[in-house]
Amino acid sequence: MQSYPAYVINRILTAVLSVFGAMLVIVILISLVPGDPATVLLGPLATPEYAQHFIAEMGLDQPVHVRLWRLAAGFAQGRLGTDVISGQSVNTIVAAALPHTFALAFAAMALACLVGIPAGVWSAVRKGSAGDTAIAMVSVVFVSVPSFILGIVLLVVFSIWLDWLPVLGLSPSASLRDAAIRMILPTVALALGWIGLIARLVRTSMLETLGQNYIRTARAYGLREGLVHYRYALKNAVIPTLAIIGMGFGRLLGGAVLIEIIFARQGLGSILYDALQARNFSVLQGTVFVVVVIFIAVNLLTELSYALFDPRIKFSRR
Amino acid sequence: MHAAAALAATLGRVVRHPGGAFGAGLVLLILLTAILAPGIAPHDPNRLDVVSAFAPPSGGHWLGTDQLGRDLLSRHIFGTRIAMAVALSVIAIALAAGMLLGVLSAYTSGPVERAILVAFDSISSFPSVILAMAAVAVLGSSMPMLIVVIATSLIPHYGRVARAQVLSARNEPYVEAEQVLGASGVRILLAHIVPNIIAPLIVIASLDIPVVIAIEASLSFLGLGLRPPLTSWGGLLQDGYQNLARSALPVMVSSGVLAVATLAFTMFGEALRHAIDPRSGRRA
Repeated sequence: MQSYPAYVINRILTAVLSVFGAMLVIVILISLVPGDPATVLLGPLATPEYAQHFIAEMGLDQPVHVRLWRLAAGFAQGRLGTDVISGQSVNTIVAAALPHTFALAFAAMALACLVGIPAGVWSAVRKGSAGDTAIAMVSVVFVSVPSFILGIVLLVVFSIWLDWLPVLGLSPSASLRDAAIRMILPTVALALGWIGLIARLVRTSMLETLGQNYIRTARAYGLREGLVHYRYALKNAVIPTLAIIGMGFGRLLGGAVLIEIIFARQGLGSILYDALQARNFSVLQGTVFVVVVIFIAVNLLTELSYALFDPRIKFSRR
Repeated sequence: MHAAAALAATLGRVVRHPGGAFGAGLVLLILLTAILAPGIAPHDPNRLDVVSAFAPPSGGHWLGTDQLGRDLLSRHIFGTRIAMAVALSVIAIALAAGMLLGVLSAYTSGPVERAILVAFDSISSFPSVILAMAAVAVLGSSMPMLIVVIATSLIPHYGRVARAQVLSARNEPYVEAEQVLGASGVRILLAHIVPNIIAPLIVIASLDIPVVIAIEASLSFLGLGLRPPLTSWGGLLQDGYQNLARSALPVMVSSGVLAVATLAFTMFGEALRHAIDPRSGRRA
């Protein structure tokens, strides 16, 4: 059993170690390329000048530990490298895309909580009713079908068949209303899986909480049911959900990447996709690194806040 | 005989779980489709018939045809083979390697243990789709490479569970009793610990099958997956998506197949989890 500060320090150190591990994975991946990396990675783009530039820029002429060190030193100073094709700084490219991806991810998570939490409470209170069964069935569909499939189906139904919503992309006129309308489908596509997951988790933990003594006491005092459910029960029931939401953020990011590509939105997803298509590994490596750092940071924050919310958690090593 | 009876009892509980019979039935159907593909596909999946491109569903083509007039039903039936081959190989490799590394990390200490745990942490700091995207882009997307890449991204998942299970099983009275009786470490591991940690790993494996199907489909959808003539469901989806302006039917067929397959395996996996560990239902 550790104290909370010791636990925090331990988790932060593990997170930093994971960031280094992730850089190592990136370096190892690139060094695993068979043959001459410049020729293999660049494919038809590999003119001798370009190949040389690429090798020097990526440090491919150096041994692995030197490359890891260079990468780590650069990343630690916040330099993500230079796009060898356009000459732009990868920081600029990523910084331009990040707000779009965050907007999508947060909008989806907000929508998922707004719909999922009341749905979970509602079905827990009416356990065994037809409505509860219906929510359970819809939830399992949302949870199991990948978000990019849901996105494609929404796109076909609402943009092509019904022609209610614009098909693709960010707003060309940049008006807020247009931008919001174009956010609807990607947000819903990304949120559906989380609505299902949150509804199920909240239902399960609500049922556990509703059986406890303090709820019976609250009812015995004659408090309104709505107050008992939302004010007293939900407060405790939502803690495990919080942890799952944090742990699932990586899945959300992965999903957002695909959704951005399907709806032709700007964001980390489109950068990754374009970099993959152009075999632009200088951009790829920096962008993947940013995704990994966000992922690790969110997991860390989740674990720390979870331990803070629920002091029963043992601060033990995994 | 004992093992067969236990298996039958477990399957019975799976089928009685809500949605379990539905999931198990569909999973069985999907597996049979994969095995019998050449026998049941009504057409050659690669036969071109450009005149009847984008034909709507009819008696001759139950699900219609694609941009080159190929029969969508037959193409998806053959796609089932690839989906299952990839999913089952990935799960087998991830399960075996994860169990090995997890058990090893629980039995060793110092640098070996630490190296394994850091490797787990490093791999799982990538969202698995992103890791698979980057790795396949760098290493190429032949079928074995695709399988190894996706399996690697899942190994920590199994490794951590195996490790935790071993650590708790090792202190159980029955293991201590064996030690007192003088059983060797290997015997204890194989005869007592492995059988007791395998159940939760199998549950994870069954719930990971839809995850693998989704990862493979998303890679193929992005053009990073298998190349023709190997056409997976994701590849069919990409085909349809690129011709969306001309017909939405192929995309909807592929989406429907992927949705049904992931739903079936999830429902089966959840029923299996419940059948193996009835307490797990509370932890959804």
